[in-house]
Amino acid sequence: MAGTLWRPILFTENAVSDRPNDLSLEKFRRMVRIREFETVAEAIHAAGEVPGALHTYTGQEATGVGACIALRSDDYMVGNHRSHGHPIAKGAKLRPLMAELLGKVTGVCKGKGGSMHLSDFSVGSLGETSIVGSGIPVAAGAALGAKLQRNGRVSLCFFGDGASNEGAFHEGLNLAAVWKLPAIFLCENNGYAVSTPVSGSMAIVNIADRGRAYGIPSAIVDGQDVDAVEEAVAAAVDRARAGGGPTLLESKTYRYADHAVNMGRLTLNRGPEVEVWRKRDPILMYRARLLEGGIAASVLNAIVEEVKLEVQDALAFARESAYPSQLEAFDDVFVERLPIPAWLSEDII
Amino acid sequence: MARATYLEAIRQAQMEEMQRDSRVFIMGEDIICNVFGTTTGFVDMFGAERVLDTPISENGFIGASAGAAMVGARPIVDVTISSFLYPAMDQIISIIAKSRYIYGGQARLPLVIRCCLFYGNSNAAQHSDRPYSMFMNVPGLKIIVPSDPVDMKGMLKVAIRDDDPVLCFEDSTCWSSKADLPTDPDFLIPLGKGDVKREGTDVSVIAVAGAVPLALKAAQKLAGLGISAEIIDPRSLVPLDRDLILKSVRKTGRAITVDPAHQTCSAASEISAMIAEFAFDALRGPVLRVATADTHLPFSPAIEKSLYPSVDRIVTAACRLVGVEHFDSAQGTV
Ligand SMILES: Cc1ncc(C[n+]2csc(CCOP(=O)(O)OP(=O)(O)O)c2C)c(N)n1
Ligand SMILES: [Mg+2]
Repeated sequence: MAGTLWRPILFTENAVSDRPNDLSLEKFRRMVRIREFETVAEAIHAAGEVPGALHTYTGQEATGVGACIALRSDDYMVGNHRSHGHPIAKGAKLRPLMAELLGKVTGVCKGKGGSMHLSDFSVGSLGETSIVGSGIPVAAGAALGAKLQRNGRVSLCFFGDGASNEGAFHEGLNLAAVWKLPAIFLCENNGYAVSTPVSGSMAIVNIADRGRAYGIPSAIVDGQDVDAVEEAVAAAVDRARAGGGPTLLESKTYRYADHAVNMGRLTLNRGPEVEVWRKRDPILMYRARLLEGGIAASVLNAIVEEVKLEVQDALAFARESAYPSQLEAFDDVFVERLPIPAWLSEDII
Repeated sequence: MARATYLEAIRQAQMEEMQRDSRVFIMGEDIICNVFGTTTGFVDMFGAERVLDTPISENGFIGASAGAAMVGARPIVDVTISSFLYPAMDQIISIIAKSRYIYGGQARLPLVIRCCLFYGNSNAAQHSDRPYSMFMNVPGLKIIVPSDPVDMKGMLKVAIRDDDPVLCFEDSTCWSSKADLPTDPDFLIPLGKGDVKREGTDVSVIAVAGAVPLALKAAQKLAGLGISAEIIDPRSLVPLDRDLILKSVRKTGRAITVDPAHQTCSAASEISAMIAEFAFDALRGPVLRVATADTHLPFSPAIEKSLYPSVDRIVTAACRLVGVEHFDSAQGTV
């Protein structure tokens, strides 16, 4: 077979770990990693170090981690604007993610994506796309590619409750159903799309019910319980790998923060709701479960300390890194770099 | 060599590339039954897995082509008529054009989106679009507009082998044109290389897609009036062969751009601006545009045809530039 230009994407070089033996501690570690990353991200955003918008994943950690832990490292994943949690959940290294937040050339997207697009292809990501719903057909297409190539991979798509009102959701699910694609559509229902509660954007209660319209099996899962998410996604993955087609999962979860940093005015007064959800915090709940199961607190505390150092290391790396050169703006439009306009090249040489 | 049509050239290009590379597959609405004859016999040749009928779901399957391309497949998406690209603008622009860039080069999207320019036949405004110039305003999309069977075959094959997304616009007014098609499976025409379709010395006519055959006919008429027109076909709009166009204009000192698209922000407008910017010193007159009037295309043949570029409008424009009186013109002005 000819075709010399194409190189396969390698999915393992950057992965922190691939289905580690002690999954429970790894799940805990990845959730803590997301929480700590977001805590630092918010702080440096407040300090003016992060340009642009910042949508945090805090509160939703169990969904990302439970889902990704049920995947193989070479399985595909597509996410959305609330992008930080997904790559961390899939095992991406933190340095390139943090550097991307600061717009540095060492960032995972060389500083051209930023907070809404923390997509690390080395862990199987095919994009974190900030046009709501637009990742869903892409994920279906990756599943189609996997099926055509018989490579045994599945494709998982994260999207929000709001995205399920986009045509792309309905088209993507229908395609996956009619072609029996190995896809898992995982809706992170965090209750709101910016200021609009789910009840304000659809006349049914559960997004999972939409699966029936396409002949797709669906389930609702407790999005605060990492084991429950893992179990549900693992079942969907098994079905997909066995040729049984796609699954729609709805994870009932919650974001603690505003839709994005500094967007408080677009958040309804959620009253005591936030505190109610915090009582079911995914990390606290999982910590309690691990302690109950006989894991020593010192082990968990050590993980937290390690993660803090890791995030600080990523931040130091990001701060030390250089910004991209102006030439970078013309690279990656096509495979071959674009010519630089004359008026600009005078400035930069 | 065997005489074949423009549509047959498309079929051959796809067939040869699918034979050459098992990662290439094709999908679209009703392509197994095959609306225009560009996938005739494909299911028997390549199997139903590589020749996929889709639901009427352009945003869905055009988006899916991006996902499939990112994981190593090489999709050809047959969208039949270019008007049906519009429901998929989101995927074409936000995903297909931008994914490689926004992820810092991590993504590769080797895919071809094919559609025809279906106009001039009383299909009314919703089915008569020539929208390539809209996409020229979006970085990240290569755009080809071949005007004859040989170019179509050589360029479509290259588009399928290209590692970037390519939009291929097929002018339905060229469908039945015939030529001897090369049978070499590696007959390739690189994207970004224009072609001098006829040499001349008095005026450069830069024509796009279905305007090329019109310009060639106009050149014959002009020869009768003692005007030697050089006909340039850019063949691909992104990348655009600026050098070829500028070289011709520098030689003739006069330029007319001809484009079936609506005039405002058309390929003709962009090429005209480029000439004015880079070859102003060589020009002996204004750069004239012969494009479609900026109104919708009506159903009635009585009022549709005159809105497009025509041989006569090109002849009139050339006479005006060269300073020859031309009394044959139906319109009198450009
Ligand atoms: C097509 C499109 N429309 C509107 C927006 C602006 N926008 C950004 S995020 C968002 C809400 C998305 O809600 P949801 O899908 O529930 O995800 P969440 O933010 O809750 O995680 C909106 C409306 C957008 N980015 N894309
Ligand atoms: Mg939401």
